[in-house]
Amino acid sequence: MHPWVGAGDEDRRHILEELGLESIDQLFASIPASVCVDRLELPAARDEESVRMSLSRMSTANLSMGCVPSFLGAGVYRHVQPSVVDAVMSRAEFFTSYTPYQAEISQGTLQVIFEFQTLMTRLTELEVANASLYDGATALVEAVLFSHRVLRGKRDTAVVAETIHPMYRRVLDTYAASAGIEVVTVPPGADGRLDPDRVRNAASEPCCVAVQSPNFLGIVEDLPGLAEAAQSSGALAVQVVTEAASFGLLAGGGRFGFDVVCGEAQSFGVAPGFGGPHLGFFACSEKHIRQMPGRLAGETVDDDGNRAFCLTLSTREQHIRRAKATSNICTNQGLMALAATVWLESIGGSGLRRLATSCLSRTEELKRRIAELGAPWELAYPESPTFNEFLLVGPGNGPDLVHRLAEEGILAGVPSTLWGGSWPDGVVTAVTECNSSHDLDAFVDALKRVS
Amino acid sequence: MSIPADLLYARSHEWIRVDDDGVVIGITEYAQDQLGEVVYVELPEVGTAVDANEELGTLESVKAVSEFLSPVAGEVIEINERLEDEPNLVNGDPYGDGWLVKISGSPEGEATLSPEEYSAFLEEENS
Repeated sequence: MHPWVGAGDEDRRHILEELGLESIDQLFASIPASVCVDRLELPAARDEESVRMSLSRMSTANLSMGCVPSFLGAGVYRHVQPSVVDAVMSRAEFFTSYTPYQAEISQGTLQVIFEFQTLMTRLTELEVANASLYDGATALVEAVLFSHRVLRGKRDTAVVAETIHPMYRRVLDTYAASAGIEVVTVPPGADGRLDPDRVRNAASEPCCVAVQSPNFLGIVEDLPGLAEAAQSSGALAVQVVTEAASFGLLAGGGRFGFDVVCGEAQSFGVAPGFGGPHLGFFACSEKHIRQMPGRLAGETVDDDGNRAFCLTLSTREQHIRRAKATSNICTNQGLMALAATVWLESIGGSGLRRLATSCLSRTEELKRRIAELGAPWELAYPESPTFNEFLLVGPGNGPDLVHRLAEEGILAGVPSTLWGGSWPDGVVTAVTECNSSHDLDAFVDALKRVS
Repeated sequence: MSIPADLLYARSHEWIRVDDDGVVIGITEYAQDQLGEVVYVELPEVGTAVDANEELGTLESVKAVSEFLSPVAGEVIEINERLEDEPNLVNGDPYGDGWLVKISGSPEGEATLSPEEYSAFLEEENS
């Protein structure tokens, strides 16, 4: 038998003979008959071209982000995609290599990781950032587990803002339950923001206070007040970010004393996809570096004194420490980190600022026009500061509004209580630099028709 | 390999010096040599209660990480704070400035080794 070629009848006979069985059915006899299917009702076999055609025809029924005005966000954002990102990413040296961390042959990958880390420290305003994590949700989990470790496992409560993306909180619940950490959730106030006093009184000795800013409702939180509230009880302050483009205008939590800034960097050059891939990031202060999860690339010199890069502090990781590793994360999201690095480096610091300003001004314009439109549409939190996302309420519940606006040819956003939540039932609407003034007009016109 | 005559030893390669109010613990010259250059020492907090043979902290070298154990039951009363900035004191002066932790308690009744026994133990381990 050839490893790349499936078994033929002769091979099957041999295998069954060796196993002492009469038939393949006997081999699978342990599968209950009640779950077995005799025959699938499938159409007759067709050639590749005609299948491709009928699937394309079927897909025209989709409303795709690229074809209609789209205001989808809530954790996944559409931004400009310079062609250089895909061009660099699709180079085989990056695209097909698996775990290329051997310094002698992987300087390209290691340098990219080092640059990614450097960029993330500058955006988060913290001292060290890791080589990336799977996604924003697991980055939050790692931040909570990290806080628990830093405080030597003595504080078993994590205070978490309800306005952190509900899917992130669900992932956290899964991990926290088995780690013996109790999650206490703090709802937002009437303005959609977290009240630092409520955070302070949420638990007596939490290991961390985790907040998202801009939050799930698009609102920018009072980071200095929240950092102070967290640290007054001896807890670590954790900022989660789902819209990394906000760093173009909003200072990273490090500036306000946050111990960890982590989250999702999909906005940096990773196209919105159906379920991913995503790109988690994690930054903290240097004094906690040994408790930091994940890989870390460092700068060094080779034998000849040339600048070079290598993995560093690997002793925290599983391949050295086994069961006592700092975290079970022993990899990174290499290709997406490469995309983010190329994206940021091609856009540049001033470019990122312009991009974020464009998101903000278009969002403010849409908010203003909705406010002018008046009933039955309104902004749930008209007075609260937002970046590129806001909560819109109207004549119906969130799923209903999204459905009716889709019928008008607009992808209006994500239903705000799809995963629960103590806030008004409406639509979380995101506006980026990719939304033209035509998109905004179309949105407002559609609102006028749906009322 | 130096094995001072005035100390007691553990099979996990810690040394024990009996003091007025407890015992001082470090790792032996043999242990530091096996570990290589120590780059980070994780020490327990003062006030931590430990059982005999329970993990006290970790020593991280350029090539490995290993735990060190408490040879006695008691409470941590002092830690060598110099190791935070100078972890390689453990290599340079394992029986002196490279000490790790001081614990209230006594080695009496614990399975410690005399210098001669430890020396024989090392020979046995390496034969």
